[in-house]
Amino acid sequence: MGETLVITSGKGGVGKTTAVANIGAALASRGYCVALVDADIGLRNLDVVLGLENRIVYDLVDVVDGFCRLKQALIKDKRHDGLYLLPAAQTKDKTAVNPEQMKRICNQLKEINVSDEAGGAKYFDYIIVDSPAGIEQGFKNAVSGADRAFIITTPEVSAVRDADRIIGLLEAEELPDPQLIINRIRPGMVRTGDMMDIEDIVSILAIRLLGVVPEDDAIVVATNRGEPVIENSGCTAGQAFTNMARRIIGEEVPLMNLDVKESLFARLGSFLGLRQR
Amino acid sequence: MGFLSRLFSRKKPSKEVAKERLQLVLSHDRMDIPPGVLEPLKDDLIRVISDYMEIDESGIDVRFNNQDSEEGRSLVASIPVVRMRRERTR
Repeated sequence: MGETLVITSGKGGVGKTTAVANIGAALASRGYCVALVDADIGLRNLDVVLGLENRIVYDLVDVVDGFCRLKQALIKDKRHDGLYLLPAAQTKDKTAVNPEQMKRICNQLKEINVSDEAGGAKYFDYIIVDSPAGIEQGFKNAVSGADRAFIITTPEVSAVRDADRIIGLLEAEELPDPQLIINRIRPGMVRTGDMMDIEDIVSILAIRLLGVVPEDDAIVVATNRGEPVIENSGCTAGQAFTNMARRIIGEEVPLMNLDVKESLFARLGSFLGLRQR
Repeated sequence: MGFLSRLFSRKKPSKEVAKERLQLVLSHDRMDIPPGVLEPLKDDLIRVISDYMEIDESGIDVRFNNQDSEEGRSLVASIPVVRMRRERTR
């Protein structure tokens, strides 16, 4: 039986969609069958991040309204076998779907056979829901069908504050024990004491950590091209997302060392005692 | 940029400032009463206190005291009493 995960944040622009696309792609490349659901109705983005924007015929609202069957709205990813997208509608708003309907869709995804072969059987192992920013109906829709929740934040005061609010709301939605993803950490700034580090954020929010993603230009490049960064095996952000996918399936993967790229200048600084911690 | 200034000043690293500000703002956020809690609480208070005294229900004010004090945050209820009841009604 598949499991539904939701990635949410409260604050916008912290990397929910990028995380959904990359963790999904990483799971698919490890042989799992994954459905990515864009719950950001009216502001859909997961399709462009995955490079599937030209292949949308039906969307989530069409399925809810009964204009098409669920399987017709699912788009097969061109690069990853076993990766599918259920796109959001672009012309509607969050009220086009209610939490009950969203829950039904997530449950249907657990039961749908996506095998192309006659007589074959292939079911989704993971359904990952990309939540919209905010705490209103879009958020409530996104979490309604979830079995596990992940909160993504950046090391900024505003994003961490919103993450704290989301933790409280997830508790109210009966999704306790969410796990944290810290995105866009800049090891150089952490070193000089100008950015909160992993420990700071984890202790403030008091939740378990799933993983940490360093700031990485490769994300911008990959998003420009419409492909997940994990394709790019040399990039640290891609490695971070792969590690998170492995932790989700239950593997023990240590946090990667983000200090490897320490520049000579920074090392000189810490030698001179400029290091603040 | 911050490099030289840090060399010559005793300024706190900005991440410490961020942490302190966050902790303060979160301690307030977390005390926020979820919507739909205060009204039932008020009704329950009225019910219990009415057993002992007659109160002016329109003048009731129940809220959290947002001032940080040594004892932490407190619930403040201001309930105007009209008169004591001679005997308990229940």
